Order: sequence, then C-alpha cells, then structure tokens
Amino acid sequence: MSLFMTLRIAVKALNRNKMRTSLTMLGMIIGVGAVIAMVALGTGAQSSIEEQIKSAGTNMIMINAGNFTQGGVHMGQGASTRLTEADARAVTQIPGVQYAAAGVSTRAQIVAGNQNWSTRAEGTDVTLPLIRAWPTKYGAFFTPQDVSSSAKVCVLGTVVSDTLFGENVDPTGQIVRISNIPFKVIGVMASKGQTSYGQDQDDTLFMPYTTVQKKLRGITYINNITVSALNADAIPAVMDAITAELRVQHKLIPGEPDDFMVRSLEEMASVRTESTRTMTMLLAAIAGVSLLVGGIGIMNIMLVSVTERTREIGLRMAVGARGRDVLFQFLVEAVLISLFGGLVGLGVGYGVSEGVRRFLEWPSVVPPQAIGMAFGFAAATGIFFGFYPARKAAQLDPIEALRYE
Amino acid sequence: MAVISVRDLTKTYHVGEVDVRALRGVSLEVESGEFVAITGPSGSGKSTMMHILGCLDRPTSGMYELDGRDVSKLSRDELARIRNRKIGFVFQGFNLLPRTTALDNVELPLLYNGAKSLKTSERHRRAMEVLKAVGLEERSHHFPNQLSGGQQQRVAIARALITNPSMVLADEPTGNLDTRTSIEVMDIFQRLNDERGITILLITHEHDIAEYARRLVAFRDGRVLSDQQIARRRSAADELAALPPVDADPIQAGLSDPGQPHQ
Ligand SMILES: Nc1ncnc2c1ncn2[C@@H]1O[C@H](COP(=O)(O)OP(=O)(O)OP(=O)(O)O)[C@@H](O)[C@H]1O
Ligand SMILES: [Mg+2]
Repeated sequence: MSLFMTLRIAVKALNRNKMRTSLTMLGMIIGVGAVIAMVALGTGAQSSIEEQIKSAGTNMIMINAGNFTQGGVHMGQGASTRLTEADARAVTQIPGVQYAAAGVSTRAQIVAGNQNWSTRAEGTDVTLPLIRAWPTKYGAFFTPQDVSSSAKVCVLGTVVSDTLFGENVDPTGQIVRISNIPFKVIGVMASKGQTSYGQDQDDTLFMPYTTVQKKLRGITYINNITVSALNADAIPAVMDAITAELRVQHKLIPGEPDDFMVRSLEEMASVRTESTRTMTMLLAAIAGVSLLVGGIGIMNIMLVSVTERTREIGLRMAVGARGRDVLFQFLVEAVLISLFGGLVGLGVGYGVSEGVRRFLEWPSVVPPQAIGMAFGFAAATGIFFGFYPARKAAQLDPIEALRYE
Repeated sequence: MAVISVRDLTKTYHVGEVDVRALRGVSLEVESGEFVAITGPSGSGKSTMMHILGCLDRPTSGMYELDGRDVSKLSRDELARIRNRKIGFVFQGFNLLPRTTALDNVELPLLYNGAKSLKTSERHRRAMEVLKAVGLEERSHHFPNQLSGGQQQRVAIARALITNPSMVLADEPTGNLDTRTSIEVMDIFQRLNDERGITILLITHEHDIAEYARRLVAFRDGRVLSDQQIARRRSAADELAALPPVDADPIQAGLSDPGQPHQ
C-alpha cells in the first residue's frame, strides 16, 4: 500500500477517537516539552558561564597559595607556603605577563551613618580594573600612591553602595567605617552581575592590598595573585614560566611539590562547565522519564486500538493485506501520535524556556539541535512503543480476527 | 483443468475439552468456469470449507491444491496475495468496515494489490464500475449503517468483484435479501459465470437459489452427502424479465428491501 494511503487511513483512525488521541499525545507533549526545557536551561547555564569567562577578563591566570591538588593543603614550610609581594613583583617581570595584581581579602563589617552591611573586602592592586576589564561608575580606582601608603580609601561594589547610600547616589567623598576605622569612599565600580553559581560580584569592596594587610589583618603575606597574559596563545607558556619562577622564589628543590596553584580562568571555568553539563544531563534524563511514560501511553492506546479493531484487521487481511501492511499501518499511527506530540512538545518546551528567561531571569536557550533531537526522540519513542502492538496486529490470524467479538 | 482439488479434508476445532469436527473428510474437484452451489443444514461445515478454499483458514489434515499448487506449502504473504488477486470472497454477514463509505469499502482490496498501486482516480473509477454492476452507484458515499441489509450485501459483492478475481466464493450472499433482489444478485453471478468464465462457489440454504448454479454439492455433518449436476438451470435474467416491473430501478428495489443489518 502506498505511504499516502497508509497516512490517510491512520489520520482517519486517529480522528475517530479525538479525545483518546489527544490524551495520548499529551503524554508525548509533556515528555518532549520537559526534555526541551531542561536542555534549554542547561545550555543557558553553560553559555552564561562562557560569557562570564569573557566578562571576568580574558587571558586571566590565578595564582593561589597552598596546593589543594595534593590532597589537602600543603603545609609545614613556614612563610614559603604563602605568597608574598616579592612573588607578585617577580611574576610581573615574566615575559608574556601583561598585568599582575597581588590580592588579599577579609570579611568586613562596613558602616555608613546608621546603615551597616557585611561584605568581603578585597585588597588588590591598581591593575585589577585593567585585568578584569572593569571600569568605575563613579569616581576612580585607587592609585599607586594609595597602595604604597596603605591609604584608608575604598572603592565600593554597586550592591554595597546601593545598600549604604541608596540607588543612583554618588557616594564619592563619603566616609565609611570598616572595623571601626574610617575609610574614604573614592569610587564605585560598574555593575557586573552575578556569577552563574549565585555569587554577586557587585557585593564587594576594593582597597589597596597593603591596607588590608596592615590596617585590617595585620599580616605581611598575600592570598593570591591575579595575572593577565598578553594573549590567549601565551597562557600555557606563561603558566609554566610562573610555576618555574615561583619554585625559584620559594626555593623548592626538584621533586618537591608546588606549594602554590596556577590555574587559568578557562581551566577553572571548564570544571564548572563540566558540572553544569552533568547537571543538564541529569535533568534531561529525568525529563526523559516522562518521555518514557508518554511512550508507554502510546503503547497502551495502540494495544487497545488493535483489540478494538481486530475485525477490521481480519477483514483487511482477508482481502489481501499482508502482515507487513498491517504492521506498517499501526506503526504509522503510533509515529503520527508521537511526532505530532513532539511538535507541540517542542513549542511547549520553547515556551517554558522563554517564560523562565523572562520571568525568572534565568539564562535559558533552546539550542538549534534540540529541534532535531525532539523529533528524533519523538519518532524513536513512537516506533519503539508502537512496534509491539503493531506486530501483535500483524500476527493475527485472518479468520480468527474476523470472528472476533 | 481443476482449479480446486481437495482430498480428505478435515477440520477439527478444540473448544475446551470438546473436539468439534467441522469437516470429516471432504473430497471435491471444481473445474475452471464451474458454478457450484453448496447446500446443507446449519453447522454442516459449509462456511468452514469455504474459508479453507478461500485461503483464510488452514485444514487440520487433508490436501488442498489451488491451480495445481499445494496451499499448505504457501507462506502467509503468498496466501494474502492469492486472496487479493485470485479470489473474491463474500462473507456470511457482509463484514463491511464501519464508518467507511461504500466506495471506500469496495476499494479496499485495491489498496493491497502490491506494486502496481493504482491512482486514486483509477481506483474510484473501478469501484464505481462494480457498484454500478450491483446497482448501487448512487449509494457510493453512504456508510454501511445508512444502507439496508440487502444493499450492504451488494456492497460486499462489489468488493469481491473489484479485483477481477478468477474465482468468487460467496457465503450465503442472498441470506437476507427479498426474492427480487436475490434474483438480481443471482443474475450478477450468472453473468460473471457465463460472460467471463469466472468460477463461482456459492453457499445457500435455499433450494431455489441453488438451482441457478450448474452443480449442487450437499453437505451433512462435515461430509459431502451428494454431488450432482443440475439438470435444468434457472436463468435469473429470464425470470427478472418476466417479473412485473414494480421497480425498474434496482436502487428502489434495494430501498423497499425490509432486510435489516445483521452483524
Ligand atoms: N472457530 C470455531 N471454533 C469452534 N467451533 C467452530 C468454529 N467455527 C465453526 N465451528 C463449528 O464447526 C461446525 C461447522 O460450522 P460452519 O460455520 O462451517 O457451519 P455452516 O455449515 O456454515 O453453518 P451455517 O449454515 O449456520 O452458516 C459447527 O458445529 C460450528 O459450531
Ligand atoms: Mg455458514
């Protein structure tokens, strides 16, 4: 029988039980819709991570004290387990390094008038805005003089500024108290938004690292060094050079493990991209379960349909339908339900993704290949779950089927 | 040459503990172009025999050769092909597809006639042709439940004829028709037999209907009781001509038919 006739007969049969067909389809719609929505959320999360890598500053390399890759913090070598200003200066000299900024941070209670706010105070160097491509909204970042004099100045993140002074207020020149020490506000950073794992990059304040060391913590070491390479291609070489230089600085003998960690932002991000991908897979798999349930719904309805239409099947066979004609006819019905359900499910998934993006402001993107995937899954579900009922129909005995009541 | 050659055919149904022996050793030869009527009391195995002859069912034992080929050696697909090409089957209880127009019902066998798929227009043309032959062309778009029993019976006959089969097997085709419509149906069969040489096997309860055939085979308890040529065959055409022309139009005749659908 021609495909066209098979389709016509299938559509007619499905039309005859509109309610039943739509309910069966609903199972597929929910299944495919859920898969699409989950994939969209996962893809959105992933692409927002990628965006952050760009916004955090390209070609960025982080150097941290201690080495967590050796199974815990590597300790026991006194001052050498820490990074120092000297290390930062040495790193700055390495060819291929564009900027380097020493960093040391602490938690701080910041008070302005009767407002107070607990946040992170990041001590850093003047090069940080350059490394992270992060301009100020009001005022200016601190200067090398501020660093060398451990000046009691600070640059606020927008969240801190908005909380203490109100939105759209320029607090430059105001005095705030941090750990009871008065600091002068000299600027506010432009807003950078949240990281994908919920850390608000604007809920922070910056001051010279020397100020954090001397005025807030009373230490001489630093926690980390933020470096930018001249270009992306140079990153691996620069990282190797940094490792070599710091080993010299720390007087490590060959064979002794590093007491610091050098990672590129890409590397750090890739770990998170990986975990996001795993999460996406997990969500999609859960959504896949509803697709499975939809498929079982199709199988159920097709089995009912085969039983109901036993006489029809017998008659078709009596006038010359072969087993495979009957098989094909029922398979086409199952696939029609699943494909149409898949089409609507695609729309629903797309709608959910858009809704989440608009109203919850989560990143959510339906990747183009999801469309093909939706149809692939839908068709596969239809064929897989439609096959058993269709084969049951095809194997009926003509005369017994005709006699069936 | 014998189209149908049957030897010692038996068919036993197992119903629970009981064995129902529907056929107990039937031997029969039918030549090409014969018109055979099969009679017998209810339950004597006529339909069972017909289903086996129509390749719808398989015998429990015995041999059946159709056109010289041993049917028991054929695959399911080959049997389907024979049912489609060679045999036109009119069922006892017409077995039309419900909620499907007369035209679509009649076209059904053409959907399965293999590679040489006909175009829709050609299928319609042929379906209309056979519907016309049974006097139902104006009912082509009616559903079975909108047709009288006799009209449904004629749709079933049209369906059996559409593939131009070389053999027609009809199980009580006049079962619920009035006298006049019965004679009209017999006229169709006689013309197919006379003009086109189509082999016809017809089951009937009524003796006067059997007399339109050329040969009469009587069944009893799953065996052939008697097998004889009919000395004086009745001619449906002559009898129709002799009937008072109450309704010249066969459709009107169909409408006046009190038969109700039995399914
Ligand atoms: N599927 C079946 N299962 C069990 N017994 C059956 C089956 N089909 C037919 N029979 C039995 O086989 C015997 C012959 O049945 P069959 O239908 O051939 O009779 P028939 O001669 O056509 O009768 P009628 O004139 O009433 O149509 C009957 O006793 C019937 O009960
Ligand atoms: Mg019978």
